[in-house]
Amino acid sequence: MQKKLWIILAMVFVIPGLLFTASCSKKAVKEDTSLSQQAEDEAAEKARQEELARQRAIEEARLKEDAIQKAKDNFLNEDIHFEFDSATLTPNAQEILKTKAEWLQNNPNGKSTVEGHCDERGTLEYNLALGERRASSVKSFLVDLGIPASRLITISYGEERPADPGQNEAAWAKNRRCHFTLN
Amino acid sequence: MRNCWIKIFGLIVIISFWAVPGVSRAGYDYVDISHPFLRKIPMAVPLFTKVSSGHETDQLSESAPDLLAETLEFTGFFKLLDREAFLVNPQTDATFVSVNFHDWTSIGAELLVTGGVLVQDNLVEIELRLYDTFKEQLLVGKRYKGQVADIRKIIRRFCSEVIYTLTGDRGIFNTEIAFVSTGTGNKEIYICEFDGYNPRQLTHTKNITLSPAWSSDGEWLAYTSYAKGKPDLYIKNLRGNRGYVVAKKGINTTPAWFPNKFELAATLSFSDDPEIYLLTGTGKIIKRLTYNKGIDVSPTWSPDGKSVAFVSKRSGTPQIYIKNLDSGQVKRLTFEGRYNTQPSWSPRGDKVVYSGMENGHNNIFVVGIDGQGLIQLTHNEGDNESPSWSPDGNLIVFSSTREGPSRIYVMTSYGTDQRRLLVLKGRQTEPKWSPRMVNK
Repeated sequence: MQKKLWIILAMVFVIPGLLFTASCSKKAVKEDTSLSQQAEDEAAEKARQEELARQRAIEEARLKEDAIQKAKDNFLNEDIHFEFDSATLTPNAQEILKTKAEWLQNNPNGKSTVEGHCDERGTLEYNLALGERRASSVKSFLVDLGIPASRLITISYGEERPADPGQNEAAWAKNRRCHFTLN
Repeated sequence: MRNCWIKIFGLIVIISFWAVPGVSRAGYDYVDISHPFLRKIPMAVPLFTKVSSGHETDQLSESAPDLLAETLEFTGFFKLLDREAFLVNPQTDATFVSVNFHDWTSIGAELLVTGGVLVQDNLVEIELRLYDTFKEQLLVGKRYKGQVADIRKIIRRFCSEVIYTLTGDRGIFNTEIAFVSTGTGNKEIYICEFDGYNPRQLTHTKNITLSPAWSSDGEWLAYTSYAKGKPDLYIKNLRGNRGYVVAKKGINTTPAWFPNKFELAATLSFSDDPEIYLLTGTGKIIKRLTYNKGIDVSPTWSPDGKSVAFVSKRSGTPQIYIKNLDSGQVKRLTFEGRYNTQPSWSPRGDKVVYSGMENGHNNIFVVGIDGQGLIQLTHNEGDNESPSWSPDGNLIVFSSTREGPSRIYVMTSYGTDQRRLLVLKGRQTEPKWSPRMVNK
């Protein structure tokens, strides 16, 4: 009987002790885990942030590149248009040329060729001279905006290279133009 | 050796027989120089008499008179009568020996050309005679000998005799026409004979090539080409490989040779403004001819070289002006219309032909150098551009889109007898009639 009591006592004290120990040790383990977990999380968060930043940077670079490319595309693709038998720059043409001047200033290394073109209605020899006048009007305007003349070359194609082969006012309007290329 | 001799000279005029007294000079009144196309002279060209036999003789006795008739008809002076209406056939009747003029006057022929053909050892001998059927007179008779392949040269040489006898002028049968064609995919310069025969490509620039211009002796051709990427002026010797290039900044265009000199006018824009300059044949600037801010382009010389007509935008629209080089005075020639370009000064010196735009279409006009007597030569048939005079001043070659793509046409200086010169692949533009070739 006495012996049984001891066992019970032992169980009362030892088992909780064991339990305590166990729980204690378990708690220690648990604390350890949470510490490393936190570090891990922080690292992950940092990595995520870094990744985000990197992606943002890429995105920004891409946007910037896009903007640069777009500006370049605009510079190359947006033509200056003229009235029939005229080399006078319209207000709209002047606005476009200001953007082109800006681009040339932001990209100070390249040289550009200004091509002068005409519609097919005039006669060929006169149109070669008219195309030349158109290209040189554009060049003078850009030089007045501070672009060095040495960066701009003019060439007249007269009516030889229409942008639109059509024989209607819409095509002719498209063909009376100055077009930019980069050298 | 003998073949070589024939090759060098092409053909040999054996003899000019029957110098009929008083005929060669008295003949000038056949064609009214002041208005030669008002009344065409009825002419009969029967088939040629066969002096030899054989396939080649048979062929030539038909093809040679056809060619002769076509060649003379090209001038616009003659109305060729239909052979169906002829009362006699010289191939069978003995007309060649003695002409019964009544056979010809009764069908309305005022002029008659007869011929006899003999072929032997690939050499052809042709005798040709021009008669006035009403006066019952031989006006000119010639006998030619050459290779069968030279038949075209022989016929043309006799046609020149015919025209000389009737007008006192040597005509245009030894001239050529330079023009631009896109047959290869690029604009290149071609040359054909006056009647469109034998077109051949002259330039092979594989780029845009434009505006041919003949020197007065026919030895040089100047033109603009983008061969090196921009419009430069090329001055090319047609017999050899010699040549010069004017490659100044800007455009180097619209060459026009000074009469009988190795000098030419051209439009250069190295000063940023297209102006006309006088250059040496080697391309060096002699002097500037126009002074005006804005376009000055397309010079054409008066035959005496004292004046130059050109296009200028000085009054706001492209119009034709004449500058007298002695006085320096410039006067405006065209006042009708808002777009008058491409002037060409007539060889007789009295007129300028040009293209004028009206309602969006170009047509050809001719005006006296005093600004009087404006006549429109083309009407309601596509765009008609780039007129150029034949060296005798009787015909005008031009380009037209009347049948779709631009082609080369010829008309008389009064706008009559408009006909297409030739059919080639691509579009043909900017025809320029050559001077008379001395060695052709």
